[in-house]
Amino acid sequence: MKRVFAFAVAAVMALSLVACGSKTEQPSAPATNETSDSVQVFKLGSIGPLTGGAAIYGQSVINGAKIAVDEINAAGGNIQFEFNGQDDEADGEKSVNAYNTLMDWGMQVMVGPTTTGASIAVGAQAAADRTIMLTPSASGTDVIAAGDNVFQVCFTDPNQGVGSADYIAENMAGAKVAVIYKNDDAYSQGIRDTFITESGAKGVDVVYEGTFTEDTQTDFSVQLAAAQSAGADLVFLPIYYQPASVILNQANQMGYAPTFFGVDGMDGILTMEGFDTSLAEGVMLLTPFSADAPDERTQNFVKTYQAQHGEIPNQFAADAYDGVYIMKAALEAAGCTADMSAADICEAVVAVMTQISVDGLTGQNMTWAATGEVSKAPMAVVIENGAYVLPNA
Amino acid sequence: MEFLSYLISGISLGSVYAIIALGYTMVYGIAKMLNFAHGDVIMIGGYVSFCAMFYLGLPPVVATLLAVLACTALGIIIERLAYKPLRSAPSLAVLITAIGVSYFLQNSALLIWKAAAKVYPPVIDGSAQLFDGQLKIPYISILTVFACLIIMAALSLFVSKTKMGKAMRACSEDKGAAQLMGINVDATISITFAIGSALAAIAGVLMCSAYPSLMPTTGSMPGIKAFTAAVFGGIGSIPGAFLGGLLLGIIESMAKAYISTNLANSIVFAVLIVVLLVKPAGLLGKYVPEKV
Repeated sequence: MKRVFAFAVAAVMALSLVACGSKTEQPSAPATNETSDSVQVFKLGSIGPLTGGAAIYGQSVINGAKIAVDEINAAGGNIQFEFNGQDDEADGEKSVNAYNTLMDWGMQVMVGPTTTGASIAVGAQAAADRTIMLTPSASGTDVIAAGDNVFQVCFTDPNQGVGSADYIAENMAGAKVAVIYKNDDAYSQGIRDTFITESGAKGVDVVYEGTFTEDTQTDFSVQLAAAQSAGADLVFLPIYYQPASVILNQANQMGYAPTFFGVDGMDGILTMEGFDTSLAEGVMLLTPFSADAPDERTQNFVKTYQAQHGEIPNQFAADAYDGVYIMKAALEAAGCTADMSAADICEAVVAVMTQISVDGLTGQNMTWAATGEVSKAPMAVVIENGAYVLPNA
Repeated sequence: MEFLSYLISGISLGSVYAIIALGYTMVYGIAKMLNFAHGDVIMIGGYVSFCAMFYLGLPPVVATLLAVLACTALGIIIERLAYKPLRSAPSLAVLITAIGVSYFLQNSALLIWKAAAKVYPPVIDGSAQLFDGQLKIPYISILTVFACLIIMAALSLFVSKTKMGKAMRACSEDKGAAQLMGINVDATISITFAIGSALAAIAGVLMCSAYPSLMPTTGSMPGIKAFTAAVFGGIGSIPGAFLGGLLLGIIESMAKAYISTNLANSIVFAVLIVVLLVKPAGLLGKYVPEKV
């Protein structure tokens, strides 16, 4: 009896390990099944962390992309998509596996991956295979350096650091700034570097710099105490929302209330389970997308997203939504057909990417340089009553 | 003033390590095994209390009690299923089993609560202000330090004054002789695990309140640090675990503040190595010569 039980326990343990493997989204087929000669159905793949610490980003990207795909298919134009989203847990190696899975499925164009680390890994592979890659949200410069066929929807990290420093110099003159960043993370380090350079040029007073790593991102009491005693009244956080939530909580417990200034990684903090959104009141962040923008396309997108997923979409969902439309515009401009191979489509799309201009939720007249970098302006928003609003300067 | 606030965050962190280390040291002292799953029991305690507070809206005290009950039960079950069958096995086998249990708990938590980090609502908010607000001490730090002191005192009294405590000390000294004297060794070890796990639940609540990020891996790093603290203070010794935890927390904070935030962990472990070179049994540990 005892032995039987031991076997049962062992089986449960083994199962639990298996169950932790990556989850796969079911491919969603286009609404119209009859494919006449003029209607071209392309296989569109996307990759993002659907599980793991950065899951909010990946889920947003996949959900946002799916909404765009459904809209395009429902509109019944000549270009339609078959969509497949894969999980990579924000890990480079798993992301390459997800990419290979998609290639086996027959992916022709890719709107992904979501995070910078994963995109660098997949970018190298996509550049070697000649698969067109348009990442909605991986903002590192190393991502687009992989090849001429890698493009971004979001603005780059240096752009965010420069944008933040410029904004602070213009709108918060005389602020004493502390920077807390994660120095084992390319994203955080990249933004911090350009922020510091630009701050020096613009005369922004940086009084303290604190660092942390993956292993030490649970306790910031020392960094916050040091920032406080250095007299900082603005804390710049070029980091993701999870450590940021710990920082906001601990600062509150210490009774330290500076203005917190984040970048796009801060996006998602409001939807964390258990997070007291009143702590984020007055937090500023740079983002190209604001869900309360009055234009009709944004409002429709927000409404659809809320109906399907029960929450307000963040910047990542909007980037992915734009990404699908950009891909559609590029395929149209290049005159691609669905029977072309991924590599042929890639060459055709790369040739037109620098010529097209797309209006999206995250910017008007988005254009691309041959490097893959997008041109659109970052915009600062402030959190009020649990929503992003434009700051009244 | 800065120094004082760094010292306070060090003491607060150290008290959390100390409470976890007490659990490690009790189990080691009596059952002579390293329960590497201890850190993960803390994580479970954190999740249980989080669910009680966040989903059921229960007050923090009730949530803590629930977490204590759940962890005690979990501790007893783990001991029954995983460790008891290995009572006479070599200690290496038990150690590997403990690591297995640790991963089992982490992955179960991953399945139940998913990987996305949860933000733990603090059981107590705000901070005490001293010197015209120049020095602010979060109430949670004060609570942690006092909880740690009370638990240490209670444990010391329990082990030295009660009949059960006497049985525990007897088992620690010589299991065979204790059995001959009519002590139920199995039951004693089970109770040790129950107490250790109850402590883990309290540590979970306090740790998550002070460092409010809850993930399935939340317990692993503090678990390792607390184990270090227990070895540092002399494993098996209750005041040693307390002292070791406190010192470790203070060293970590000071290293972060004055040397480098990146090197803090390396410095902590370097200090451990030096202490073990000079005093192999730890600060308050008894040196027991091996009988040959």
